[in-house]
Amino acid sequence: MAAIDYDLELRRAGAHATGGWRRVLFLAQRHVLGAAGLIIMTVFVFTAIFADFIARYDPLTIDSARALARPSWAHWMGTDSFGRDVFSRIIHGARISLAVGIGSTALGGTIGVIVGLTSGYLSGWVDLVFQRVSDVLQALPLLVLALIMTAALGPSLPNVIIAIAIPLIPTVSRVIRANTLALRELPFVEAAKSIGMSEVRIALRHVLPNTLAPLIVLATAQLGSTILTEASLSFLGLGIPEPYPSWGRMLSESAAEYVRTAPWLVIFPGIAISLAVFGANLFGDALRDILDPRQRG
Amino acid sequence: MADKSDLVLDVRNLQTVFFTNSGLFRAVDDVSFTVKRGETLAIVGESGCGKSVTALSLMRLVPDPPGRIVGGSISLEGTDLLALDEAEMRAVRGNRISMIFQEPMTSLNPVMRIGDQIVEAVRLHRKLSSKEAGDVAVEMLRLVRIPEPARRAREYPHQLSGGMRQRAMIAMALACRPALLIADEPTTALDVTIQAQILALILDLQKELGTGLVLITHDLGVVAQTAQRVIVMYAGRKVEEASVEALFAAPKHPYTRGLMASIPVVPTPGIAAPARLNEIPGTVPSLVRLPRGCAFAPRCKLAIKRCEAEYPPLADWGGGHLAACWRAEEVAEVA
Amino acid sequence: MTEVLLEVTDLKKHYPVRAGVLRRQVGTVHSVDGVSFCLHAGETLGLVGESGCGKSTVARSVLRLVEPTSGQIRLDGKDITHLSKTALRPHRRSMQIVFQDPFASLNPRMTAGDIVGEPLAVHGLASGKELEARVARLFEQVGLRPDQMRNFPHQFSGGQRQRICIARALALGPRLIVCDEPVSALDVSIQAQVINLLIDLQRQHGFSYLFIAHDLAVVAHISHRVAVMYLGRIVEIAGKDELFRNPRHPYTQALLASVPIANPLAKRLTPLVDGDVPSPVNPPPGCAFHTRCRFAMERCKTERPALLETGDGHQVACLLNEGTGRSNTIS
Repeated sequence: MAAIDYDLELRRAGAHATGGWRRVLFLAQRHVLGAAGLIIMTVFVFTAIFADFIARYDPLTIDSARALARPSWAHWMGTDSFGRDVFSRIIHGARISLAVGIGSTALGGTIGVIVGLTSGYLSGWVDLVFQRVSDVLQALPLLVLALIMTAALGPSLPNVIIAIAIPLIPTVSRVIRANTLALRELPFVEAAKSIGMSEVRIALRHVLPNTLAPLIVLATAQLGSTILTEASLSFLGLGIPEPYPSWGRMLSESAAEYVRTAPWLVIFPGIAISLAVFGANLFGDALRDILDPRQRG
Repeated sequence: MADKSDLVLDVRNLQTVFFTNSGLFRAVDDVSFTVKRGETLAIVGESGCGKSVTALSLMRLVPDPPGRIVGGSISLEGTDLLALDEAEMRAVRGNRISMIFQEPMTSLNPVMRIGDQIVEAVRLHRKLSSKEAGDVAVEMLRLVRIPEPARRAREYPHQLSGGMRQRAMIAMALACRPALLIADEPTTALDVTIQAQILALILDLQKELGTGLVLITHDLGVVAQTAQRVIVMYAGRKVEEASVEALFAAPKHPYTRGLMASIPVVPTPGIAAPARLNEIPGTVPSLVRLPRGCAFAPRCKLAIKRCEAEYPPLADWGGGHLAACWRAEEVAEVA
Repeated sequence: MTEVLLEVTDLKKHYPVRAGVLRRQVGTVHSVDGVSFCLHAGETLGLVGESGCGKSTVARSVLRLVEPTSGQIRLDGKDITHLSKTALRPHRRSMQIVFQDPFASLNPRMTAGDIVGEPLAVHGLASGKELEARVARLFEQVGLRPDQMRNFPHQFSGGQRQRICIARALALGPRLIVCDEPVSALDVSIQAQVINLLIDLQRQHGFSYLFIAHDLAVVAHISHRVAVMYLGRIVEIAGKDELFRNPRHPYTQALLASVPIANPLAKRLTPLVDGDVPSPVNPPPGCAFHTRCRFAMERCKTERPALLETGDGHQVACLLNEGTGRSNTIS
């Protein structure tokens, strides 16, 4: 039998990764793509927070003298038809994307948790009603539903967040409901009942904390698609109104007219959207593998 | 010792480890044993003692990663299984050596008819037409005493009761007339009246077919009623081996003795039940941080300085009764 | 042992079986089908039977964790069968449960101390420093160290987790503890620790156990009286010594004969019954055991035997020998 390098094998299994940082480093090595996603997301968040310091020009200042300038040292990503610096607009656009992404995920997640928990815990007709409404909502694609919502509510940042959050509710509530149904049968919940605990307290103290891991996984996975939906809404003219820089609208404004003459107007926002969505998805996948291996596949 | 040709299985110094993120897990550490034709060897121990990993090692089914067989030899009818490549091993598995598991529901494919599953197993190893293999399947179901075998062969696993499913598993495992059958807690999931039926069936078939049987269990009652020889495992090591009569008459290892005194017994007329069960204090040690000396020393009433410093060798205390304990001679008197 | 703590009369729990698109009821699971027994203060009653016999449903019905279909449950003379949740709450303090699976019985996100203290907090019996002190005392009582209060369930072994469950059950000072297979998930050497602990605690506190298990030896060791269940009914009930010395129901006899004895010189793997337990969905009429019974008569197929006293508090539900069952002739 060949000699076995025990130390190498153990290192591969992660036996040396004890303590906080070593563990993170080990997981990063194991999930290289996830780590890449995390880096992209960190850069993205950092950019959004410090946009004012990173951007080299005001993203809203119009200067027709410099309209449609090619990428150069002065304007790394060129300028658009109004002479606004594309790099600065993309940096500030990150803020919009992040606000919409986190805002709608948090809103949709919270309502989804409440609905899922009530539905799973009470069952009966409450459950039936919630589930059928979810069916209807889920029958429509996320984008179509968001489109209808913004068309009804009118374009503004809060409305876009609401419009994107609503289609998330059934997805989240389904996961939470399934988890609640499983948890409800567990002996520790029965034990809580047998000491005379109220149903609401059981739901909040024993059921909810145990659904958090799948919830975090789900939320990260949804972050990418909310960013994409926002971009799509803005592209269709129903997103964040002028003059705020939104990646989706930057694309739509330039796509038809300038794709041949000033391709940088299309390329850079496109890359920004893809990168953000890609990063969120990679990170979400890795997080799912680490936190909730059963959902893999 | 019996004739060498009588040996079905000869395991020497088997070592199986797991590389885990909490360290090296010595699941099976230097374990040797033999099984003769028609003999039943019971491997008994508590969870984490390495008995199930031993079974998986014999089948070469230890999941890699994280596990690996890192030493020793497993010789089945003279062939060293550890020297075979995966294709050769597949030809042996289910053919010369088979295994039945604890949970008959998850070990059967839920969307395949019982008969078809046996046919598939048979045709993997024997060149038979599907008609012939079908006949073998029905014959096997009859052998395991399933009523109306021809009709049952056309049913799906969920249509059978737990006991019937375990019978079907046994039929499948024995379909190719293996030299060795490994049964890993075959009756633990079953009710006691069904357990008695299944154990009686396994023993009858074994006698009829001359199969060697390795029975893995935690239940000393099952051991006493089925085995000829017994191995007691603790923390990955074989701590005692003896004929079943010798083991139950006078266990030489304090762990075995403690285990026997800790099980409650059904009151039988004439035998006084103990007022209080014997407790083995503490818990089974983690396989990652095993003490340098005897792994049982921290829980042992007889432990002396030497036990903590040096691992006791397996010594023969007469008539092939092996025990790894520095104070084996005193066990009967003191404990 | 004169005072009756728990009295269960003709308890039934039926579940509808629904099938098809319209969820029409196609049958009824007779999970518990007319069970009566009483439990005295300070006594342990063992409830034994094979899977699906309804023993766990009896346990959960007694605690009102499932709502019985019919029958009556009296705790300390008070009928609690139909009490509302609020009215039931004070009674919950006198009855607690310990479950089989020590891994699923504890909320993985709470510390051991919080788990054990929760009953006290919920009933507003203690808070702050006093709560901590009482939890520490409970930890000591079940053989855990008070400094382990801050640990989470996954840091304990199976036996220690079961000790946490017992401490939680003790917290409210109950008079009845229902144990639903409390040791069957534990290793043999740990089983003995938990059984001894349960017996010691009963001696100290004088509460009663309704002890449910499939392992006859465990039940025999811990119980004062034993009831044997088969397909939702009690077929035999007697004092422990009487039952094991003189089992009268053919099912009890078969059950006893099936237990493998840890003595190779007493070889007797002779199952006295064939076949499997019938489904509790539409169980056989008459005596439910007649399909597997070697002594079944024509009457057994139609006539349901009542649980009758044969003397010495020994009750059996069997039509043989004018309702006294079969005398013990196992050799």
